[in-house]
Amino acid sequence: MKTRLEAVNDFVVKFANVNGSGSASANELFAKAILRMGVPVSPRNIFPSNIQGLPTWYEVRVSEQGWLGRRGGIDMMVAMNPQTWDQDVREVEPGGYLFYDSTRSLPESALRSDINVVAMPVTAICNATYEDPRQRTLFKNIMVLGALSVLMDIDPEVIEKLFGEQYKGKERLLESNVRALQAGRGFAKDHLSPPNNRGIGLKVRRADAVGDKIFVEGNAAAALGCVYGGATVCAWYPITPSSSVAEAFQAYCKKHRHDPDTGAARYAIVQAEDEIASIGIVTGAGWNGARAFTATSGPGVSLMTEFIGLAYFAEIPVTIINVQRGGPSTGMPTRTQQADLISSAYASHGDTKHVMLLPQDPAECFEFSATALDLADRLQTPVFVMTDLDIGMNQRLCKPFEWDPTRSYDRGKVMTAEALEAGCDFGRYKDVDGDGIPWRTLPATHPSKGAYFTRGTTRDPYARYSETGADYVYNVTRLLKKFASAANLVPQPEVRAALKQTRLGVIYFGSTAPAMDEALVALAVEGIHVDAMRLKAFPFPASVRDFIGSHDHVFVVEQNRDAQMRTLLINELEIDSSWLTKVLHYDGTPITARFITEAITKQVHALAVAPRRERIVQ
Amino acid sequence: MTYITKPRLHHPTLTRNKVGYTRRDYEGKVSTLCAGCGHDSISAAIVQAAWELDIQPHRVAKLSGIGCSSKTPDYFLGASHGFNTVHGRMPSVLTGANLANRELLYLGVSGDGDSASIGIGQFAHAMRRGVRMVYIVENNGVYGLTKGQFSATADRGSKSKKGVVNTESPVDLIGLALQLGATYVARGFSGDKGQLVPLIKGAIAHGGAAFIDVISPCVAFNNHAGSTRSYDHVREHNEAVSRIDFIDLAQELKAEPAPGDVIEVPNADGSMMRLRKLHEGYDPTDRRAAMNLVQQMAAEGEIATGLLYVDPDAVDLHAALNTVPRPLNGLSEAELCPGPEVLARLNAGLR
Repeated sequence: MKTRLEAVNDFVVKFANVNGSGSASANELFAKAILRMGVPVSPRNIFPSNIQGLPTWYEVRVSEQGWLGRRGGIDMMVAMNPQTWDQDVREVEPGGYLFYDSTRSLPESALRSDINVVAMPVTAICNATYEDPRQRTLFKNIMVLGALSVLMDIDPEVIEKLFGEQYKGKERLLESNVRALQAGRGFAKDHLSPPNNRGIGLKVRRADAVGDKIFVEGNAAAALGCVYGGATVCAWYPITPSSSVAEAFQAYCKKHRHDPDTGAARYAIVQAEDEIASIGIVTGAGWNGARAFTATSGPGVSLMTEFIGLAYFAEIPVTIINVQRGGPSTGMPTRTQQADLISSAYASHGDTKHVMLLPQDPAECFEFSATALDLADRLQTPVFVMTDLDIGMNQRLCKPFEWDPTRSYDRGKVMTAEALEAGCDFGRYKDVDGDGIPWRTLPATHPSKGAYFTRGTTRDPYARYSETGADYVYNVTRLLKKFASAANLVPQPEVRAALKQTRLGVIYFGSTAPAMDEALVALAVEGIHVDAMRLKAFPFPASVRDFIGSHDHVFVVEQNRDAQMRTLLINELEIDSSWLTKVLHYDGTPITARFITEAITKQVHALAVAPRRERIVQ
Repeated sequence: MTYITKPRLHHPTLTRNKVGYTRRDYEGKVSTLCAGCGHDSISAAIVQAAWELDIQPHRVAKLSGIGCSSKTPDYFLGASHGFNTVHGRMPSVLTGANLANRELLYLGVSGDGDSASIGIGQFAHAMRRGVRMVYIVENNGVYGLTKGQFSATADRGSKSKKGVVNTESPVDLIGLALQLGATYVARGFSGDKGQLVPLIKGAIAHGGAAFIDVISPCVAFNNHAGSTRSYDHVREHNEAVSRIDFIDLAQELKAEPAPGDVIEVPNADGSMMRLRKLHEGYDPTDRRAAMNLVQQMAAEGEIATGLLYVDPDAVDLHAALNTVPRPLNGLSEAELCPGPEVLARLNAGLR
């Protein structure tokens, strides 16, 4: 017998569309309406590297409990794209729902017997209602939204209010959208609801689970972090999925960074000719004392590598927001991965190590971008903010942005004209404070003191060219000391102890976090208790070694093929590789809670750790 | 390499300029280039131009790429901050530095390998972006530090020291600069300091991207018969199309009325440049005419030198970006951070 999934405020809906058809804004309205009803949602765009005509999906997790990761599995598919029909139908959970455009009838064989079908002749209704072909396409999406609002009990007034916000001052558009919505609702009431039809078992009910959270994309958040963090120079080259960082920076600066009297800009943005020039501009600005950043993705970092080595060796503040995508090469430009960890951590020839911050959501994109600008100045070195497409290009519910009014920019060790005048011994590459971080002067500081020649070649502590072995060793050893100092300055890892004492641990970071939150609960329900450490930065402070050392088995969950974070842990902490077990997800889609739960469960059994009862100290 | 410090003693009778510096104050470390290298003459010309223009040395930022030419910033303006960047990428670093502090004078020194081969992209984009800078290419047609390979500016048919004939067409940086919108384009010869110093001074006073291609023979690898970048060849074939008599505002009052073959060009810094035409029909403010003349002379085997083109109304990247007049690196936190109240409003808009 056919089952019917029944759920309130806890399900997954996926929209299958053709890109360029106007589906994106209707889908966003669907997610936002549920959010406005007080129920957390987490949507994900799964889109092609294309402008028009290829398949695109929008997967919405609805979860009153607040799970914001992907769960895995689809409870209802809104299948509007014939190209991907078979795949879309296959994905629906048994007992789930398939909503489709029934203008053309489908053979039985195109459907599944174990799922519930909701048929609406959307195209036919649209064609009957509208003359204009463009309207016929655009309003199709709104009609579907209307029908879904009836089927799932989404408050139409909430949607109409969203229309009002979206079409403020464009009354005609507002009115036509409301009409389309009502047309869809009318059809659903007459044909898809009881008593004529059983409708669907997935319902939205008003709740109060959103609180003061905000709903924003990570790229916009990172850009705002750069505004708040005092970045004045931004140089970039368009590349998916990072372009919207620079574009959002521009938009925020336009509103908040102009001299109120003259209208002049307190920032400079250059869309450079390539990533090499972008990082060159950022390096020059950083050398000259301006806070500067670039935003890019893996291929861009590959091109920037030579400059990153220069900035490391010549000790110049540089902030790089790396919105990771699927690699290598052009890879999967519109899919997500955490696969640039090693190439960023050790970018450049020669011995180099770079600071990386690992935000989990937009709130941390904001916070860590501002922090990166501070750290770059403090440490006089490149600092990466390692976000990814999943965080960067999807709206995510997160805690509101916060800015401590007592916080002040850390400009690092910049020697002033007064200090030089007072006779301070200035050695550009001299460790005077024991933390490996030297003092620097900015150009034009003093008429006769403090000038030095910056170079990528070796030098002595006073910045004089030197190929003497001892000078070289002093310098690169000091850089290591500086890196060790960095471990205590970066955001520190967050540890969550399991409910019961356990010998199992898991290390994760970045966009894996929301799926991991859910997986940890699911594992505990199965009796697998795991202590969790979320890394927030590289280099690793001592607490990471302690965490690994205090567990028999530690899983490292990450979204790449080669277990890059695990490699960094083994390499930097000089630990036995058998201490760390890989959990890898790398098909380009965001990792799911189900995937993590299953992978860890399977491996726990394979490890024969027998984590339940006998091994757990009760 | 040994590190040599020049004695800091100054002769008490050395002339001081208006800002109180002697010419020695504009010098740098002892050059490590080959004796007779054209690049050292260019360094000397930079020293003289900066001294004569009363520029405070610490208000200059000198940047370079990689190569013999790019080593020279260590040999002049020792009291200025310098940056020897990566190969072919001086323009981008200079652009960033300029954006950070628009008040300094930016001197970019590069070579033909650095700007015409690996860095041709950055050269091109710095020109079209209008970064206010003096961009000097010390052009010898050869890779010196790696011992004598042809560079991209070597003329077709030119012979290397080992007797190899270059079969590839030369990159014409002057032509590119003109075509890409550089607003001050000149060519000099390291062997003619009398011409070069005013060209550098004009570039310093210019309000936009100023490019000077300086033919600078390589005595070690490209100064033989059969080379078109040897001292002898360049002396024989260089034809100056103009001569700059650089004058500042104070002197302008005393200047005699301009005769017919002299053009007065106002500079961005308020000074005036007086340009003497040496070539019939030549108008240095006509970009297309300049392009034609340079091409025509090149076809005849002549090297056009002097100020080839200038746009007296040039503006720079800062003007295009409408940045505040104060340096961006000096803006305070209060001017940069919108603060918690704005953030509260932004949060409210994201719900």
